[in-house]
Amino acid sequence: MNTELKRTLRKLFKNPSAILGFSLLTFFIIVAIFAPLISPPINPMFPDENGNPMKLDNPYIMPILSWSSDPVPPSKDHPFGMIAGRDILYGVVWGTRTAFKIGLIVVTASTFFGIIIGSIAGYFGGWVDEVLMRITDVFLSIPFLLAAMVLTTILGSGLDKVMIAMIIFGWMATARLIRANILQVKEEQFVLAAKALGIKNYIIILRHILPNTIFPVLVQATMRLGSLVITAAALSFLGLGAPIGYADWGSMLNYTRNYILGASGQALAYWYTVFYPGIAMVLFVLAWNLVGDALRDVFDPKLK
Amino acid sequence: MTAYIIRRLLLLPLILFGVTLIIFSFTQILGPEKLLSAYVNPNVFDKLSNEELDKLIEKYGLNEPMWTRYFKWLGGVLRGDLGWSVTAKQPVAQAIKERIPYTIELALYAIIPVIGVGIWLGVAAAVNRDKFLDHFIRIFAIIGWSLPDFVFGLIVLMIFYSALGWFPPGTMSAWAEEIVKSPEFKRFTHILSIDALLNGRLDIFWDALRHLIGPILTISWLWWAYLLRITRSSMLEVLGKEYVRTARAKGVPEKDVIHKHARKNAMIPVVTVAGAMVIGLLAGTVIVEVIFNRIGMGRFTAQAATQLDYAAVLGSVLFYSTVLIIGNLIIDILYAALDPRIRLG
Repeated sequence: MNTELKRTLRKLFKNPSAILGFSLLTFFIIVAIFAPLISPPINPMFPDENGNPMKLDNPYIMPILSWSSDPVPPSKDHPFGMIAGRDILYGVVWGTRTAFKIGLIVVTASTFFGIIIGSIAGYFGGWVDEVLMRITDVFLSIPFLLAAMVLTTILGSGLDKVMIAMIIFGWMATARLIRANILQVKEEQFVLAAKALGIKNYIIILRHILPNTIFPVLVQATMRLGSLVITAAALSFLGLGAPIGYADWGSMLNYTRNYILGASGQALAYWYTVFYPGIAMVLFVLAWNLVGDALRDVFDPKLK
Repeated sequence: MTAYIIRRLLLLPLILFGVTLIIFSFTQILGPEKLLSAYVNPNVFDKLSNEELDKLIEKYGLNEPMWTRYFKWLGGVLRGDLGWSVTAKQPVAQAIKERIPYTIELALYAIIPVIGVGIWLGVAAAVNRDKFLDHFIRIFAIIGWSLPDFVFGLIVLMIFYSALGWFPPGTMSAWAEEIVKSPEFKRFTHILSIDALLNGRLDIFWDALRHLIGPILTISWLWWAYLLRITRSSMLEVLGKEYVRTARAKGVPEKDVIHKHARKNAMIPVVTVAGAMVIGLLAGTVIVEVIFNRIGMGRFTAQAATQLDYAAVLGSVLFYSTVLIIGNLIIDILYAALDPRIRLG
C-alpha cells in the first residue's frame, strides 16, 4: 500500500463521526445481505402439503400474517410489532434492501449521465457548452421533489417509476461539477501534450481528464445518496412509490398515518409503527451523510 | 455587472420556455384518453362507446400534433388562462391565487426562527470550536440533516397533537373558519394571521398561530441543520484570517472581535444560503402541508399530481419555476453587491 493512501485511511479512522458512519453503513450492508436469514421470506399462515410454511414468490411483498389490520404491539414473535397484519421487523429488514437498491441505482445512473453531459460541455466548450448548460439550467429550475412527483405520476406510480423520475431530474449537479473541473484541468500541460500528440478526444476525456476529476464527483455522489433515499421515501409516503405492503420504509410510514392519533386514552399507543421504520431511515441516511462528510474532509481539507 | 444582469434577464424567458416544454412533453406520455379526463369525468368513460370517445377526443383537439396543442396551451398561459383544475373544481390560475397566501404565511413564519436560531447556533459552534457546545450543536445538526421531514412531522403530530393536544393539524379551527368566511371578516392581505390582527380578532390570530407551530417546528430542524453548518464553517474560516489576529493582538475584546470583525464577513456566504432557503421554503412545503393537512400550494400540487390533474400540475410547476428562477437571480445580484470581490460573468 502506498503511503499516501495509508495516511488518508489513518486520517479517516481517527475521526469519530467517520467511524460511526462506516459502522452504521456496514451494519446496514450486513442486514441487507442476510435479510433472508433474519426474516425468512415465508408465510406460516399457508403451510404446503408437508406442513412447511409457504415460500414467498417475491420476498419484497410483506406476507400477511393476520387478518386484523390494526397495529399489534411488540411481542416475542414480532419484536417490532405488527401493522396491517404484517410484521414490522420484516418490513424494516427487507426495506434495507429496497433502500440500497433505490439509492445505488439512482446515484449510479444519474452520476453517469451527469458525467457524460458535463464532460462533453466542459471539453468541447463553445456553443455545445452553452446549449448543454442552458438545458441544465432548465432542469434545475424545477424543484426536485416536485419534478420527481409529477413525472412519477405521469409514468404511472411504482418504485421503478420513482427511480426513473429521480434519474431524469438528478444529473445536473454532477454535470456542473464535472464541467467546472474539466475547465480547470483542460489547460494543464498533460492534456495539451495529449492533444498535440493527436490523441482522439474521447480518449483524452476518458484516460486523462476524468481520472483527475473523479474524486469530487464520488464524494458528491455519496453525499447525494442519503437525500435521494429520503426523496424516494417521500414519494412513497405521498402514495406514488411502493404500494402498501411492499417492504419499503416510506410506504410503511404512509400507512401509519392512519394510526398517529393513537388508541382512545393512549395517544402514543402506536409509537412503534412510526418509530422502527423511521429510525431505520434516519440511521441509513445518517450513515451516508457521515461517510460523505468524512470523504469530503479527506479529499478536500479546505472545507472543514 | 449590468451586462450580467441583462444577460440573465434575457435568458429568463428562454429558461421558462424550456421548463414549459419539458413539463408539457412529459404530460404527452399520457395519451389522449387520459388527457381527456381533464375535461370529462373518467367514470363516464366505460359507458361511452369508442366512437363517442373519439368524438370527445376530437372535440377537445387531443389528437392534434403535440406542437399545435403546446402553442395553444402556451397562448392561454400568456393570456393568464392556465386551464381548468379538476381537483380544485375551479380555474387553475384562481386556485393558485387562493392558495399562495397560505404557503407564503407558513414560509414567512418559518423563516424567522430558522434564520435567527440557525445563524446563532452556527456562530456559537464556531466560537466554541471542538468544545462540548460545538460537538453538541454539530450532532444536533447532523441528526436534523438526516431526518426526513415526513418522519419528524409524524412525530410532532403524535406528541404535540395526539398526546398533548397543543397544536392541531389543519389551517384553522371550525369556529374560526365560520367567522373568516363571513362577510364581516375583511380579507386585507389574504394572510390569515395578519388579517385576523387587522380585524381586531386576537382569538383568530392565536388559532392561526396554533395551527402554524407544528409545520414550523417540522421545517425548522431540517433547515437549521443546513444553515448552521454553513455559518459554522464560514465563521471558522474568517476567524483564522489575519485581520482577526490583528484585532486580537491590538487588544480588542473577544466579544467585539467575534461580533464586529468576524461575523460580518462570515455572513456573506450565509446570505446566499439564506436566500436559497427562502425559495426552498416556498417550494419545500409540499410534505408538511400534506402531513398537517394545511391549505396551500404544496398540498394542492401533490393532490393534482396524484389525481393526474395535468392542467393544475402544469400551472403549479410553472409557478414554482418562476419563483425559483427570479429568486436565484436576486440572490446572485445580492451576493455580488455584498462582496465586491465577486465578479459576475
